[in-house]
Amino acid sequence: MLLASYWFFSTLTVAFGATAILLRNPVSCAMSLAVCFISLAALFISLDATLIGIMQVLVYAGAVMVLFLFIIMLLDLRMEKSRRLNFGATLGGGLVIAAFLSMLVKVVLSDPGFAKPLPPLATPAPDNVRMIGLTLFHSYALPFEAIGVLLLSATVGVIVLSRRTLR
Amino acid sequence: MPTLANYLIASGILFAIGLGGVMLRRSIIIIFMGLEIMLNAANLSLIAFSRYGLVNGHQLFDAQVLVFFIITVAAAEVAVGLAIIVSLYRARQTTHVEDIDTLKF
Amino acid sequence: MQPTTIAWITLCAPILAAALILLVTRTNKPLAAGLAILSALIACAGGWFLFSQGVTGDFLGFNWISIGDSFQVPIGIALDPLSRTMLVIVTTIAPLVFIYSIGYMKDEEGYWRYFAGLALFLFSMLGIVLANNLVMMFIFWELVGVSSYILIGHYFRKDSAADAAKQAFLVNRIGDFGFMLGILLFWVSTGTFSFSALNSSAGLFVEHPTMLGVACVLIFCGTVGKSAQFPLHVWLPNSMEGPTPVSSLLHAATMVAAGVYLLARIFPILSASPEACDVVAWTGAITALGAGILATQQDDIKGILAYSTISQLGYMVTGAGLAVSAALPMFHLFTHAFFKCLLFLTAGSVILGMHHEQNIWKMGGLMKKMPITFLTYCCGMLALSGCPFFSGHYSKDLIMACSWEHHRGIFWVVVIAAALTPFYMTRQAMVVFFGKARTEHSEHAHESPLVMIIPLILLAIPAVCAGYAPVEHFFFHEIGSLAEPEVPTFVPTIFMAAFLAGLGLAFLIYRKAEKDPIRIPFLENRFYIDDLYFWIVRIIQGGFARICSFVDRWFIDGILVRGSATLVWSIGFALRFLQLGNIQAYAFFFGAGVIGLIYLILNVR
Repeated sequence: MLLASYWFFSTLTVAFGATAILLRNPVSCAMSLAVCFISLAALFISLDATLIGIMQVLVYAGAVMVLFLFIIMLLDLRMEKSRRLNFGATLGGGLVIAAFLSMLVKVVLSDPGFAKPLPPLATPAPDNVRMIGLTLFHSYALPFEAIGVLLLSATVGVIVLSRRTLR
Repeated sequence: MPTLANYLIASGILFAIGLGGVMLRRSIIIIFMGLEIMLNAANLSLIAFSRYGLVNGHQLFDAQVLVFFIITVAAAEVAVGLAIIVSLYRARQTTHVEDIDTLKF
Repeated sequence: MQPTTIAWITLCAPILAAALILLVTRTNKPLAAGLAILSALIACAGGWFLFSQGVTGDFLGFNWISIGDSFQVPIGIALDPLSRTMLVIVTTIAPLVFIYSIGYMKDEEGYWRYFAGLALFLFSMLGIVLANNLVMMFIFWELVGVSSYILIGHYFRKDSAADAAKQAFLVNRIGDFGFMLGILLFWVSTGTFSFSALNSSAGLFVEHPTMLGVACVLIFCGTVGKSAQFPLHVWLPNSMEGPTPVSSLLHAATMVAAGVYLLARIFPILSASPEACDVVAWTGAITALGAGILATQQDDIKGILAYSTISQLGYMVTGAGLAVSAALPMFHLFTHAFFKCLLFLTAGSVILGMHHEQNIWKMGGLMKKMPITFLTYCCGMLALSGCPFFSGHYSKDLIMACSWEHHRGIFWVVVIAAALTPFYMTRQAMVVFFGKARTEHSEHAHESPLVMIIPLILLAIPAVCAGYAPVEHFFFHEIGSLAEPEVPTFVPTIFMAAFLAGLGLAFLIYRKAEKDPIRIPFLENRFYIDDLYFWIVRIIQGGFARICSFVDRWFIDGILVRGSATLVWSIGFALRFLQLGNIQAYAFFFGAGVIGLIYLILNVR
């Protein structure tokens, strides 16, 4: 069951991620990206990270992608006009990506610790929300408060940046 | 049964796709989307480690708390970044990244 | 009052006077002179008191340096027969010269500077005499060098005087380098600097005669510098640029005698090394002969006396090198101090009377114009030449007799020098005092004032008497033996013959001379030694300076300073081209850098 869900949702994620990058129409890109995020959320839930999965749908697919669409519509972006490809830049980018992938695959496949199957949980289906809450407010209370300040400053920054005139 | 390697390779491919988007596309919005894909790839590998790395049969939820923070910060970053893009568009009337190159030597 | 206190007062009164003169008496001439003369008289009283009481002992002032057990440099006063006699010599002559200076320097500028320098010199000289260890003596040795520099360069506005002062100090410094090495060698061997310990340590060197010889010769280097022996004699004739009282006190009677005093101080250990004594004796003999030859061609009245001083110092050094007793060189030092100081003061009187004219061929017939000066001059001249019944005869003949007995080669050298001495002194007497006046100035010369005449008369007395047996016994019987060695009877005849030959020859040649009939360029140019030194300095030091300049300009300034700056600048210039302004280029560099870093972390252990 898990295997099937893994293969299905990971293929979906990768495919829609690719199309998000490759398509010309920015709105199509945004929509593919939204699907990509939702299938990622499914992967999270299949890995017993239920709170995170729900948050992924709510925040990413729900708020972030909507914001993207708002901005695309605000700037009224049309199909991207294709310019001449800079061969050197493309080659360089391709080489970096290829290097990264090859290193990753080599590392992942060489370590036998990564090849073990899913280990069973001692107590099945722990209350995910409760456990995350405990860890968050016991060990990470300070970063939690800092995140709050960060969000506040982001809000203020956005308001300042999007004023029409500087006067 | 999928192993940890499966999830890690999936995360790696997703990250590579995001990296390709940042380096090869010309529109700023698409580049920004590539950044988001990269962040999510990291989240995936973190959740995988959280599930597969058990200590005495119990999960350590620190990785999931970290994912929590990443999602939060990414959201804030998208907001601010898009605001900057809007200001940039208002100043230069273009979203093509090759037109924005005046900070040169 | 305790004898130790008196000893310290004797030592320190002059420096106190110098400090007071420096601080208080810029415009008050009598006060400056008075302070200096007062300190000299205090020192004189103290010196005679210590001598008459026969005070003996090693009085420690304080421990200046004390490192561990072996490196101890105390500052203290050593009173023994040798230092008491030297103390009497220095403190008797000094007040007379100081009083004479009042008359000589009456119209000169820098009056206070002169007396401060003299007081400083007296302090330094007393320090050398009273020092109880080598390092303390070395300190005061350098201090007399400084005072000599100050005093020779008194007329510093004259280039020749400034150069002479510099030359004196630098040439002395060369000798002092050897001196310092000798001190260190002795310390390494014996572990002490003090004279008493050193002089009784001859037993340590029985197995190491070379070490002892080398150390003694190195200490002798100090004497070569200070007492103007060959080859470091070049500074003494030039030091005549200083005022004449300075020449008489420093460069005739006391400072240059410090070198001989040093040899007498270390005499027990010096005599333990026959090779070192040979070096000392031959250096002295060569100096005596060479300077005597050069003196015959000098036209400056002070120049003749300067070379004569070098020659007589050569005699003293030879006396020390004969290793008979410490009293032998000291006896000649004793008589020489009085008659040479007298000769210089008479020369000063002549110069003053001639309105600062120093060339003897512009003088003449001064016998009638300056009678007292002439009479005292005769006392000094006859003493110097070795005329019987005058002091110099006894001390010089003693040295020559000892050299007959110990070292036949040296004997003939000193005999020839002994023939030259009366020759050039008679030449000087003939040209300056006898005959007709040659110029206007000599026509109108007049006798010097009383303040200058009195010291002349007072010095003439020991110039005559200082060699007589009772005097000699009184001062020297505790220092060492001055017994006449056994010599065949023709030896004293040789001495008389040398004296009469020199006197007679000069009398005949220069009796009616208008200008010098003998002119030998080789001698006039001082054996061309000055030119040789100039050439050596130019080649060696000039070459070395050129190499240093090259290294400084091209390596240090060029490669290290400007090179490193240019290197940094060019790296910056190259890196500037990475700022392309293109975001994706930055992303590429970023990504490539991170990938590279991960690769390194994964694969390079």
